[in-house]
Amino acid sequence: MTIRSDRDHGQHYRPRMSCLKKLEAIVVQMQDPSTGVKGSEQKLNVTTIPHAIAGQDIVAWISKHMNMDNDEAQAFGTMLAAFGYIYPLQDHKKLVLRPDGSLYRFQTPYFWPVQKSKAEDTDYAIYLAKRNIRKKGVLDAHEQEEYNKLHNWMNHKWDFIVMQAKEQYQAGKTRQKADRVVFDCQERAYWIVQRPPPQTHSAMDVLDRHIDPNTEEKKPYDYYRRIIIYTQQAVMRSRVKSTVSLGALVKYMATFMNHDPFLVPCLPSNPWLTDDDSYWELNMADVEVPTKMRVERWSFSFYELLNDPRGRSDFKIFLKKEFSGENLAFWEAAEELKWGTGASMSEKAEHIFKTFLAPGAPRWINIDGRTMGITVKGLEHPHRYVLDGAQTHIFMLMKKDTFYRYLKSPVYKEIQKKAISPVPHSFSDTQLQQNTRNRRLSISPIITWQKEQEEKAKAEAAAGPIDIKKLMASKLDRK
Amino acid sequence: MGEMEQLRKEAESLKDDITAARKAVQDLTLQDHVAGTAVVGRVQLKTRKTLRGHLAKIYAMHWGTDSKLCVSASQDGKLIVWDSYSTNKVHAIPLKSSWVMTCSYAPSGNMVACGGLDNMCSIYNLKAKDGNVKVMRELAAHTGYLSCCRFLSDSEIITSSGDCTCLLWDIETGTEKTVFAGHLGDCMSLGVAPDFNTFISGACDFTAKLWDIRDGQCRQTFGGHESDINAIGFFPNGNAVITGSDDASCKLYDLRSDQELITFQDSSIMCGVTSLAPSLSGRLLLAGYDDFNCNIWDTLKAERVGVLSGHDNRVSCIGVTPDGMACCTGSWDSFLKIWN
Repeated sequence: MTIRSDRDHGQHYRPRMSCLKKLEAIVVQMQDPSTGVKGSEQKLNVTTIPHAIAGQDIVAWISKHMNMDNDEAQAFGTMLAAFGYIYPLQDHKKLVLRPDGSLYRFQTPYFWPVQKSKAEDTDYAIYLAKRNIRKKGVLDAHEQEEYNKLHNWMNHKWDFIVMQAKEQYQAGKTRQKADRVVFDCQERAYWIVQRPPPQTHSAMDVLDRHIDPNTEEKKPYDYYRRIIIYTQQAVMRSRVKSTVSLGALVKYMATFMNHDPFLVPCLPSNPWLTDDDSYWELNMADVEVPTKMRVERWSFSFYELLNDPRGRSDFKIFLKKEFSGENLAFWEAAEELKWGTGASMSEKAEHIFKTFLAPGAPRWINIDGRTMGITVKGLEHPHRYVLDGAQTHIFMLMKKDTFYRYLKSPVYKEIQKKAISPVPHSFSDTQLQQNTRNRRLSISPIITWQKEQEEKAKAEAAAGPIDIKKLMASKLDRK
Repeated sequence: MGEMEQLRKEAESLKDDITAARKAVQDLTLQDHVAGTAVVGRVQLKTRKTLRGHLAKIYAMHWGTDSKLCVSASQDGKLIVWDSYSTNKVHAIPLKSSWVMTCSYAPSGNMVACGGLDNMCSIYNLKAKDGNVKVMRELAAHTGYLSCCRFLSDSEIITSSGDCTCLLWDIETGTEKTVFAGHLGDCMSLGVAPDFNTFISGACDFTAKLWDIRDGQCRQTFGGHESDINAIGFFPNGNAVITGSDDASCKLYDLRSDQELITFQDSSIMCGVTSLAPSLSGRLLLAGYDDFNCNIWDTLKAERVGVLSGHDNRVSCIGVTPDGMACCTGSWDSFLKIWN
């Protein structure tokens, strides 16, 4: 199959910030002279800064207008600062919102983070050069590094950059001092956002999404044809009524609610809370006596019973009593074929055929003639899903019949009685500290898996087809 | 050109047909169904463990099936397998390419996989005889970055990529078996169903698709989001799908009735969702956002019932243990936190 796509994975810049439009709406609201945040003129160092706002006013406005508590309002305000919509006047390198009297200003829309264009290196070079011209040695260490790097890269247009910087510097001189200070602050804040100092995070960090959503792609000719075919098939799909499926979802959640450790505390105690791993010990795969919660869970659905190794072994005991163990054995063998290695597939397929499907086989499974025919034919050229039909049939058989008999059987009732309900722990503080110290490393799953494989091999050898002749021969011998 | 117009109109009218068919089945909305249920009480989760050791942004993490071991990938070029209970590092695997974007733990615990901007999925064997973790396979066939990978077993793995396709690989031979093509944008994430027969993928074309693993066909497509879908996951019973997107909302889709059920959004949340994971019962949905927090939602009532705050940078990945006991968040501040 060809990969049906001819998008150009070239270097289109595309920041993943669809939140920017929403932020801009809020920022415009904040700047409204009547309903926005109250600003005033503030004297900072020697200059008067117009329209400065205090951090606490911002937090208060946000929490009132967006109906949230102060912590969230502060976090939201910090995001506004991180994106560059407001900038701090003191301590300009730290883009956080402090809920006190420290002063902020709104960034001019010219410097807002925009989805379409990226902050160019050329502009950054001009900015640094300008600052260098104004006063030598005023650049920070990282800025000086960047400056040198850019000088190396853009050597060919360095003259252009220096000329631009000089022109901008001269133009700046002609402005009034107050305006100049304001503009300098804004520009500086913009570059702190776009080129953050080292060891700080930046909201402008983006993942490398290489597709520009703003370009309209030319649709290839068969694009609509494919969509039409697909949609036609989709319309004809069978859909279950909402009442039915919603009911099932809600029922699932209600059934499992008591088993959800986030909602209901688990017995004896949650190992993450008390550093005592008895919960895990009691619920291991090969434990003798399972807990009551676990046994209860087996009754929820056949799938749950099979998924839990202890449940499955209990089910096996029941099946042995009923002399119908071959169904589950076939199901397990089919699972192994589905998920096992490709190399062993033909061997497994042969073994399954001889044990379960061949006429007169020792563990012959009872499936209808049609499925049997298809499966046997498929086994001549085995692939992963060759047993799917037969496996589903057997699974349904077990689920609809055997499972319910199991739940009513004395085997299940016995295990329900035997199941323990561990006493909830109540550790004192000193005991908790001791637990922390005694924490043991958990067993590597590789070792558990290897143990499982060994046990499985042993079980297989034990459950192999009993050779009647040999058995009778040995009995006769003894006689 | 006239024919193109005609085809386009036909495609549009068919889309309307699907919407009509979906509406026809909708004899009840989720909101009405659970009008009588109470909201789950406030859920307070605290950080129980912090896993320190990465030196750069953590991009992905995945729990092992034993609920104690987990693997995390960071752009410092390391894949670390943690015993999260004791906070020990079991393996620290150096990677050939440090631009890793995803990692996955095999259900058997024998292997881990990772991939990223190198367009390859590298599989590492953890149970090598001599104790060293080595690259077992390098699966290279994608023409775009690897955004997510998930093991089906020790011999099969599914990967999603920035070239808009997903691939099913045979690990032994190192070749691709099936191509799942149909998305119109980068595939950003995938999730495998609990019964391993199907999987879902979310992409930058604002849709999520359900694929049948056996025959490689797309069975269902779900739209409704207004921006890229970054995270996707199956509901625990496998009959519903949850997606998280850059438009700051998560949506719950029902597979059987082919509907969007409910949207998890709040006017105070502006930042995109980066990752999500449902709790064991499905009643709680934990979602990580760009604003450094995770929110916990009540899945039935679509209300926030808790917040996990403690990270100093964007939460990039979240996972709930298979036994439901704890959840782990990984962030760009290079720490993993286990919450309970």
